[in-house]
Amino acid sequence: MNLLTVSSSPHIQTKETTSRIMLDVVIALIPAGIASVWFFGVRTLWIILLSVASAVLTEFLIQKIMNKPVTINDVSAVVTGMLLAYNLPPTAPWWLAIIGSVIAIALVKQVFGGLGHNFMNPALAARAILLACWPARMTNWINPDGVSSATPLIVSKIADSTSSATSSATQAAAELPSLWDVFIGNIGGCIGEVSKLALLIGAAYLLLRGVINWRIPITYILTTFIFMFLFNDISIYDAFYQIFIGGLILGAFFMATDYSSSPSTPLGQVIMGIGCGILTAVIRSYGGYPEGVTYSILLMNVAAPLIEKYTMPKIFGEVDKYA
Amino acid sequence: MKVKNILINGIFKENPIFRLVLGMCPTLAVTTAAVNGLAMGMAVIFVLSASNLVISLLRNFIPDKIRIPAFVVIIASFVTIAGMLMEAFVPALYDALGLFIPLIVVNCIILGRAEAFASKNKPFDSLFDGIGMGIGFTLALTILGIIREIIGAGTIFGYPIMGQSFEPAIIMIMPPGAFITLGLILALVNKLDSGKFKHGEET
Repeated sequence: MNLLTVSSSPHIQTKETTSRIMLDVVIALIPAGIASVWFFGVRTLWIILLSVASAVLTEFLIQKIMNKPVTINDVSAVVTGMLLAYNLPPTAPWWLAIIGSVIAIALVKQVFGGLGHNFMNPALAARAILLACWPARMTNWINPDGVSSATPLIVSKIADSTSSATSSATQAAAELPSLWDVFIGNIGGCIGEVSKLALLIGAAYLLLRGVINWRIPITYILTTFIFMFLFNDISIYDAFYQIFIGGLILGAFFMATDYSSSPSTPLGQVIMGIGCGILTAVIRSYGGYPEGVTYSILLMNVAAPLIEKYTMPKIFGEVDKYA
Repeated sequence: MKVKNILINGIFKENPIFRLVLGMCPTLAVTTAAVNGLAMGMAVIFVLSASNLVISLLRNFIPDKIRIPAFVVIIASFVTIAGMLMEAFVPALYDALGLFIPLIVVNCIILGRAEAFASKNKPFDSLFDGIGMGIGFTLALTILGIIREIIGAGTIFGYPIMGQSFEPAIIMIMPPGAFITLGLILALVNKLDSGKFKHGEET
């Protein structure tokens, strides 16, 4: 062995690459996909595959047109496509998945410079746009048995606001499923958000692999729990139940932790998590929409550069200007 | 400068929307439908050419120190005329455009052309500068309106063209649609132009 190899820095290298990290996220997302196919049928598999395929194809075409190096090998488009599909209802028509992927990759990611330059989570921004465009299509929920119904989140929201006139259909469905059903995913909801068990398995894998750290997800979920308890006249159990309904687990572990749209400083990540949690609780308690995870993460994405600016750790030896 | 050059300048080379990026407020707000964009453009052509002509005629009589108030008074007179004419003859359009007709007074294209062109050039040239700029503005607003109307409502000038199964993307006729469409068009125009000039080279 030649010990005298001369090379320039860096001398210590890691095997971690962008594509390896993205592949880990894909692996972590697979259990939730299997769970949704189990509960909603093979149709959801087609939506996921279609969404992934169109995301990758869009990235390829845009980079070809813009004369940039084609980077579909980094798997990031696959992650975006999967996350987008996980944010669609199981009844979503095929074109919704395609348009969503095109918006996510073309409008939110590539226009701003590609991977690492997107200031928002592409999948979430695309979901917000789809929700604004086709509100009826995006909220067409079904139970795993195929009967259309309200999600637990909508039911709990309606139960909260006794003043609003509820239709007989929602009143009939206004029975919250048990915590166990909510936990394993035997409820209505988006493709990827229903099975909390599968999502937590994936999240544990990501945490073990070191792809994400605990700061954003844990502070996010804890803050939501605390503020749901404070804002509403509910028991601790009901506040705990709130953690497992809607897209909170999916959002906290897989989307709020997006590298390029969340702060990279440790304190900044805690602030991001707390901010997301407060906003989610505010929207769930007082907002017009039943779910606030999408908008709270997007809002905190926009605030991320500011958070980073003020939480930059001091350089060793630096003296505070105003001390 | 030849009249033809002045006209072409306003429509393409110095298009107020796509090249100068002036008058964004009406551009983004009224282009929810092609016909609104067209009507807004027509009103601006009238006001811009008339105010340019009058300001150019009076350019030697307006004292320098109070030129801006003087310009605004002249512009406001023509805007009032345009607004009243629209209210009388096309009330539906007047209602659709609403506040943005009186707001033409503070449209920076009109004040900008008064300041940059009409107050320094002969009446005839100024008139054609106003017409050229006005056409450029109308063209830009109509293009924006057509794109947003097709995607956001499935119609073009009110006629359905997308077929029965088309489900319009509502966001395109809401404010975010205006920003997205304009941003993409500006990017496209810059891309098409970037071939003409080398980077950093003044023309």
